[in-house]
Amino acid sequence: MRFALRRLAFFLGTLWACLTLNFLLPRLMPGNPALALIAKFHGRISAQALKPLEIAFGVNTHSSLIHQYVDYLRNTATGNLGTSLSQLPTPVRQIISNALPWTLGLVGMTTVLAFLVGTGIGIVGAWRRGGWLDNVLPPVFVVTSAIPFFWIGMLLIVAFSLHGPHLPSNGTFDNTMVPAFNMPFILNLLQHALLPAAAILITSIGLWILTMRNNMVTVLSEDYIKMARAKGLPGRRIMFDYAARNAMLPSLSGLAMSLGFVLGGSVLVEYVFNYPGLGFWLVQAVEGEDYPLMQALFLLITLAVLLAVLLTDVLNALLDPRTRTAG
Amino acid sequence: MASTEISTGLGTTVTGLPAATPGPDRGREAAARAGMALNRLFSAVRSNRKASAGFILLLFVCILAAVPGLIAHDPPRAEIYGRSLGPSSAHLFGTTVYGQDIFSQFVWGARETLIIAVVSGVLSTTLSVIMGVSAAYLGGMADNTLNLITDTLLVFPSFPLLLIIAAYLPNSGVVVLIAILVITGYAYGARQLRAQALSLRARDYLEAARVRGERRAYIIAVEIIPNMTPLIVAAFLGTAVYNVLFSAGLQFIGFGNPNSVSWGTMLYWAQNNEALAIGQYLWALMPGLGIATLGAAFALLNYAFDEIGNPALRPVRRLRVKRAR
Repeated sequence: MRFALRRLAFFLGTLWACLTLNFLLPRLMPGNPALALIAKFHGRISAQALKPLEIAFGVNTHSSLIHQYVDYLRNTATGNLGTSLSQLPTPVRQIISNALPWTLGLVGMTTVLAFLVGTGIGIVGAWRRGGWLDNVLPPVFVVTSAIPFFWIGMLLIVAFSLHGPHLPSNGTFDNTMVPAFNMPFILNLLQHALLPAAAILITSIGLWILTMRNNMVTVLSEDYIKMARAKGLPGRRIMFDYAARNAMLPSLSGLAMSLGFVLGGSVLVEYVFNYPGLGFWLVQAVEGEDYPLMQALFLLITLAVLLAVLLTDVLNALLDPRTRTAG
Repeated sequence: MASTEISTGLGTTVTGLPAATPGPDRGREAAARAGMALNRLFSAVRSNRKASAGFILLLFVCILAAVPGLIAHDPPRAEIYGRSLGPSSAHLFGTTVYGQDIFSQFVWGARETLIIAVVSGVLSTTLSVIMGVSAAYLGGMADNTLNLITDTLLVFPSFPLLLIIAAYLPNSGVVVLIAILVITGYAYGARQLRAQALSLRARDYLEAARVRGERRAYIIAVEIIPNMTPLIVAAFLGTAVYNVLFSAGLQFIGFGNPNSVSWGTMLYWAQNNEALAIGQYLWALMPGLGIATLGAAFALLNYAFDEIGNPALRPVRRLRVKRAR
C-alpha cells in the first residue's frame, strides 16, 4: 500500500514537472521567441482565441508569474489547449484528435508485433543455445538497433517504393479513395502503413530478442528446469510453460513501458513517410514555431509514458508476487 | 591518459574512464589502477569477436575524422562541380544538386558526428557519475532530491524533449546540441551507477578509508569510482549510441547549424532536395551508412562488454550435445 502511494506521488510529481517545464521553457529562453511570434498574430485571430496563448506564454499580461502559472494550469486542466499557430484557426485539440488514431494504429500495432515476434525468436534462440538462430541473430540485431530508423525508412523507400513493387511511401491512404469500411480501402490503408511499419519493426525488434534471450538464458540454468528435464517432460513444455513463462516478466513490463513511448517514439518515421500522426505534427509544430501545438503534444506524449509507468507497476505486482513485498 | 583527444581510436574508448580523478596526492595510485583496468579492457577487446568488430568500425570512423584531408582532396562545401553528377572516378559518390562532392562531404562529415557523439557521451557519463555516485554516497535528503530529478528525466520521452528544447533555441550551434544531449541523456546511466555505488558503500575497504580519515571527495574519486570502471564504460557506450542517433535525428530535421559538414546535416540537405526522388541515392544513403557504422560500433562494444561482464550470456560453442532431448 505504501508502495502504491509512493508511485502515485511520483506520478503526480512528474506530471507537475512536465506542466511546469512547459510553462517555464518559453519564459526561460533568451528573448522569449514566443513573444515575437504572438505579436505577429494580433488582429489575425480573435482576441478570444489569443487570450489563452497570451496566458500560456506570458505575453501582454501584467499579472505576476504565480498568477500566470495558476491560469495556465487551469487552462490545461480544462482542456483549453489553445489555437494552432501554423494551422490557423484550427484548435490544437482538433489536430491532436485527428492525429492520435494514426499513431496509435501504426506505432501501437507495430510495437505489439515487434514484441510478439522478437520475444518468440528470443525464446527459441535461447532454447537452442548455440544454434544458428542464437549465433547469428543477436549480433545482427545489435547492429540494426544502432541504425537511425528514419534512414531505414529511406532505404525502404528506395528499394520498395521508387523501385520494385512501388509501394506507397506517403500519407495514410490514396487521396482518390473515400474512407469507408470496405476491403479496398482497408487494403489501401495497410499498403500505406507497410513501409513505415517495417522501418519501426526492423529497428525495434532487436531489443525484444535480446531481452528475452538473455532472461531465458538465466532462467534455463535454474534448478527447477533441471528438475523438469529429469522428470522427462517434453522439451516444448519446458520451453514454454517452465522457462518462457518466468523469463517473460521483464519483457512484459518492457512492453507496457514501450506502449507508453508509442506516442512519441517514432517521430522521424512519421516525418519521413509523411504519416500524419502525432510525431509528424510534432515536427511540423517545431519547424513552424507553433508553440501551442508543440506544448500540447509534449504534454500528451509525457502523459502516455507516465500512464505506462503506472501500468507497469500494476502489472509487475499482479504477475510477480515477489515484487509485492518489496515496498 | 584521460584526454578527450580523438586522433586515435584508443583515445575514444578510453574517455569514459575515470577522467574525474583529480586525486591531489595519491592520483598516481589511481592512475596505475586505471592503467590495469585498461590492460584488461584491451585483452578483452581482442578476445571477443563482437568487441573486435566494434573496435574496427570505430577505428574506421576515427581515421576519417582525424585525417579527412588525406582521404578526400575536394573541399566538402565548395559548390564548384557539375550539378547532380552520377558516381565517377572524379566524384566517387557523385555530386549534390549544388555541385558539391558527396564523397568529400562524407569523409569530412565523420569529424563533427564523432565529436558530438564522444563529447556528449563523455559529458553525460561524467554527469551520471557525479549524480549517481554522490546520491548513493551522500544518502538521505541529497539522495532523495537527486533521485527525483533523475527519475523525472528518465520518464520524459527524450527525443520529443530534445525537439522541444531545440525549438526554443533556433539557429543554435553544436555546443547547444551537445548540452541538450547531455541533459536528456545522463539519467539512465546515473540510475545504474547509483545502484552499483549503493552496493559498494558497505564494503570494508571503504570503511577502512573512512577510519584512515580520508576526505569524502578522495574516497569517492579514488576508492569508489575506479571500482565502477566497467559500469562507467558501459554507461558511456550506451549513451554514445543514443547520442549518435539523436544528434543525427535532430540535424536531419534541420537543428544545429545546417551549414556545418556532418552526416546529420548531409541527410538534411539530401531530404530537402529529395535526393531519393531525383536519383542521387548516395547523397542520402552514405551519411546514413556512416551514422549506422558509428552507432553499430558503440553498440557492438557495449554488447561485448555486457558479455564479458556476464559470462552466462556468452555464445556457447561446444555444448551441442546438451541440446539432445
